[in-house]
Amino acid sequence: MSISLKTIIEGLLFVADAPLTAERIAQVTEGTPKERVQKVLDELEAEYEEMGRAFVLKNVAGGYQFRSRPELSSYILMLKQKPPTRLSRAALETLAMIAYRQPILRAEIEKTRGVDVAGTIKTLLERDLIRIMGRQDLPGRPILYGTTKKFLEVFGLPSLEALPTLEEMDTLGMGEEEELLF
Amino acid sequence: MGLSIKLEIYEGPLDLLLHLIKKNEVDIYDIPIASITDQYLDYLKVMEAFSIEVAGEFLLMAATLIQIKSRMLLPVLESEEEGGEDPRLALIRPLLEHMKLKDAAEILAGREILDRDVFSRTTALSELGIEDEEQLVPVSLFELMDSFRRLLTRIETAGGLEIVLETRNIEDRIREIINMLKKSVKAEFEELFAQDRSRAELILTFLALLELARVGVLRLFQDPATSRIHVFYLEGRPPIIPLAGLNGPVSEAVESEAGDPENEDPAP
Repeated sequence: MSISLKTIIEGLLFVADAPLTAERIAQVTEGTPKERVQKVLDELEAEYEEMGRAFVLKNVAGGYQFRSRPELSSYILMLKQKPPTRLSRAALETLAMIAYRQPILRAEIEKTRGVDVAGTIKTLLERDLIRIMGRQDLPGRPILYGTTKKFLEVFGLPSLEALPTLEEMDTLGMGEEEELLF
Repeated sequence: MGLSIKLEIYEGPLDLLLHLIKKNEVDIYDIPIASITDQYLDYLKVMEAFSIEVAGEFLLMAATLIQIKSRMLLPVLESEEEGGEDPRLALIRPLLEHMKLKDAAEILAGREILDRDVFSRTTALSELGIEDEEQLVPVSLFELMDSFRRLLTRIETAGGLEIVLETRNIEDRIREIINMLKKSVKAEFEELFAQDRSRAELILTFLALLELARVGVLRLFQDPATSRIHVFYLEGRPPIIPLAGLNGPVSEAVESEAGDPENEDPAP
């Protein structure tokens, strides 16, 4: 039986325990051009969506991964007997701020949220949703925060560019107006 | 309706302000500053009455509100009217930013979140049937040696007659261990040695375990509380990897590894 490239890629995706990139697949399928791999991935993605099975192929964090349909979540959670991913509102707001404005200083987040976020930042770091991107060239060399690959995986985003745009987010000049009181 | 619960919702002064604006159904661009300031200060009083420590941010906002209110009361001179900014702008901008931030948080919360709405295939430990994965730590070589030494002394002190007619090699033992773990997925370290009746057999099993761990077919974890070692079989991995140099009968391995002169080996 001759095996098609599509079948091979499907098999690789089936066993992978992390999102699989087109580059990696190209490596494994010796010499297949990346563009061809990408084409097959697009086809598979569309086919799974169309088939209406329990899982679909999703483009997350720069790679592709099979994911169950959200309608099944309650059953799967019962099976796993594990609490679902939970993020407090404080964590979500801080994470959103970091996601949209990275690299960002803690002081900038606190200015907009109006509260201390040291504890929230620590939690987000521990959960590997954010990372330290570097230090700002300012007195005290404050830490700059950004999101991680895990963030993209958890929120099902192919890349940061895929974050839904917020209207007026820029026109309001968040944080850039120095005359703000906070 | 518990007031303390209601107050908890307002994480910061901006949250409280937004609530007041919504409650009064006023336009954020045209905030009735006098009335909102009064209501804001009332809330601070309530917080104090309930002995809730009013955070500095709340007081700073109170000061800002009062300042804006007083500036609004001052008559605006004709000459200033064009250049003079509405003092409320200082409030509107952070409020709008705060609202945008809440929208952004809503967007994130509304996504299909991994391990809440959608799930992926994983080889996470939880799937291997470990109830408390946090409690298990990877086992160190020394702890492994210790456990093995305990098994050896048990055989020795049992004082049974050691009859060795062993011609099985390590590959046989590896196959047996895999078959055993395929059924149960996990096992206790000692369980795997339960059938072994001689030093040679113990060593054979131990070597087989080490080899399987080396090639990644199984993983060894220790419960720090009981210092028991657990063996987990990782499915979906190649079950047998050719073992270079380990194909000889077990007696050779035993001799070189243990160097035990008392052991009567049937080997040539």
